[in-house]
Amino acid sequence: MKNLKPILGLMLLAILIFTVTSCRDTKKEDDHEMDQDDMEMEHDDMEMNDSSMNSSDNMAMDQNKSESDAIVVNYLELKNALVADNTEAAASSGKKVVSAFKAFDVAKYSEEEQKELNDIIEDAIEHAEHIAESAMDHQREHFEILSKDMADLVAITGTSKKLYQAYCPMFNDGKGAIWLSEFKEIKNPYYGSKMLTCGTVQKEV
Amino acid sequence: MIKGLKFLAIIALVALVVIQFVPAKRNQSDIVPASDFIASYNPPKEVESILRTSCYDCHSNNTNYPWYNKIQPVAMFLEDHIEHGKEEFNFNEFGEYSDRRKMSKLKSFISQVEQDEMPLDSYTLIHRSAKVSNAEKELVLTWVNQLQDSLRNQ
Repeated sequence: MKNLKPILGLMLLAILIFTVTSCRDTKKEDDHEMDQDDMEMEHDDMEMNDSSMNSSDNMAMDQNKSESDAIVVNYLELKNALVADNTEAAASSGKKVVSAFKAFDVAKYSEEEQKELNDIIEDAIEHAEHIAESAMDHQREHFEILSKDMADLVAITGTSKKLYQAYCPMFNDGKGAIWLSEFKEIKNPYYGSKMLTCGTVQKEV
Repeated sequence: MIKGLKFLAIIALVALVVIQFVPAKRNQSDIVPASDFIASYNPPKEVESILRTSCYDCHSNNTNYPWYNKIQPVAMFLEDHIEHGKEEFNFNEFGEYSDRRKMSKLKSFISQVEQDEMPLDSYTLIHRSAKVSNAEKELVLTWVNQLQDSLRNQ
């Protein structure tokens, strides 16, 4: 009877260990709350209006463009949040990118384009979702693939926004990464303030 | 005091026994679909065995269940993990992903393994054999990088 106590103690300990160590989702929510003094993002909304839209005679085309524009606008917002090293803003823009992609209607495109677009959308949504719930370095990793998806999307749908495709040779272990920007001037979303002006403009989209 | 402890211990013990009756879904299947990653790309034996022991438990339709994975509450947590893991990357269904998704999945695979995010620490803590050494990591990453290049050039 005397050794009952240690045995019971051991059992308790065993139960505890099981509960604690069992593989629980250890989401490291080290949301570095970078209180970046509210990013001075120069939203160049003006540019959107004056871009003498090549007066298309096709109404459907115009509509398509404005739909992809919703994606583009949210993507750019996300990009600017990453430039400003702001995890929280990037996460909430990520969510907006997800809903913009979900709202995108591919019906007006040819069958072949639809297939390509659906592939892009599926992939992009996944990465934008991850951006919505990750820490900064992961957000940037997913942003890289998302940017590739964006470039391919815009290549099919076109956009009424004037965009530049920029290139950062360092990211991804020196394999390089692209992003889309509304500015010709380089503001690097992959490294933010660490290497703000690193990169080159590859082309106008 | 001692009586109280004893009482608590008994309660805990009973709880542990009772919880064993919570049914656990088993993630098991004998079928290896044509879309399976290993079946499609034929990695070298060493790489295959690392993938199977360190990845497939949570990222395929077939989990190996050592005794401790069958015990509650471990089984419950594991079930959760497997569900989420398969959603992110299912080796058995790799062939069904679009080319674009294959590329981005491989990319995520590489970065997760490179940064020691995968396999999960909470998993390798119990499941020691799933732990990957640096040499094993190197081996897998080199091979996956090659695969990535060959898929890109297709």
